[in-house]
Amino acid sequence: MNKRRPGFVFLDGVFLATAILPIVFGIVLKVLTTPISEGITITGARIFFSVDMPVQPLVITESQINSWIVIVSLLGLCLYLTHGLSVRHPTRRQHLAEWLVEKSEKLTLSNMGDDFSGFPPLIASIIGLSALSSLLSLFGLYPPTSDINVTAGWAVAVFVLITYYKFKCGPVHYLKSFGDPVPLLAPLNIISEVATPISMAFRHYGNVLSGAVISVLVATGLDGLWGIIMGWLPSPISELSLIRIGIPAVLSVYFDLFSGCLQAYIFAMLAMLYISSGYPRDEYLKRKNKKRINKKTA
Amino acid sequence: MLELAIGIILGCCALGAGLAMIAGIGPGIGEGNAVAKACEAIGRQPECKGDVTTTMLMGCAIAETTGLYALVIAILLIFVAPGLLVNVLMKTIG
Repeated sequence: MNKRRPGFVFLDGVFLATAILPIVFGIVLKVLTTPISEGITITGARIFFSVDMPVQPLVITESQINSWIVIVSLLGLCLYLTHGLSVRHPTRRQHLAEWLVEKSEKLTLSNMGDDFSGFPPLIASIIGLSALSSLLSLFGLYPPTSDINVTAGWAVAVFVLITYYKFKCGPVHYLKSFGDPVPLLAPLNIISEVATPISMAFRHYGNVLSGAVISVLVATGLDGLWGIIMGWLPSPISELSLIRIGIPAVLSVYFDLFSGCLQAYIFAMLAMLYISSGYPRDEYLKRKNKKRINKKTA
Repeated sequence: MLELAIGIILGCCALGAGLAMIAGIGPGIGEGNAVAKACEAIGRQPECKGDVTTTMLMGCAIAETTGLYALVIAILLIFVAPGLLVNVLMKTIG
């Protein structure tokens, strides 16, 4: 085995650095660019700079930077986990990587069926990206998922996939599917078609943002409580606000850890369900068979 | 007069945000029902606890959607609408 060769160890270090350094970079950037303000505030993503574009200036915000941080560190993590795979002597990280791949394949195939055997990588990357984006708030960074532009972008990507699979039987069949029970209901069907990406985007964004808002409200509330109880003491004690330490962490376990991971799972689950339910499987197979028979007779 | 107008804008935005969150009642009742039924199901068949729990979480998340729409509107009313409306007011006054 050549596991201990210097080149191997060096590459391992490079991959681990790719996974960790972006987060460190994000923290440093946050520390350097945060203005010294009083107290705790609820703000949106900060704008770093804007580029002039024909229609509208393109603004580079914290959510874009943090999205790229997540993407690069996920890439580093994946490279690290799949580095040095072997059939004879699987390492611990190889077991982890295999477990992840098997889980994502099982989840996708059990929800979408065998027609979508190419989908596990997409679903796994949606889950990974979304979960890590929400968990970024544990490092004190701005989670990109609490910006509606990010989740709306993902929802639009999923919507394109849904529409692509609905188009599998040609545009006529797609248009016919809007008048499904009776043609009178076509406007309602169109509305529900448009509502799909909107509800997906709002669900994810609302959950993450509400967690952040509630945490800030609780922290300021505890601040005020300390002021009421200990306000009569001399100044260093009355401004310390020791009550703020620890108690908001209980909320963070729910809002950051549990809710962040659950929303990632739900987003991926809904994407799978919408894509596989929009696919006209029977019609598509019928047409394929007809084409094959026609070819044989010709 | 201007102070009164701005005060009305701020107050009405806060009132609207509060009223919007009445929508929180619906998801609360719905999720409570879902969890109650899931508990019953687990009590009857403890062996399918995992499946019931995943399905319940999924259903809860979807039932939450209407509440989250209300939340988004309330947040817009608190953080975005006042500034926008005050700007409009300033423009009309000149």
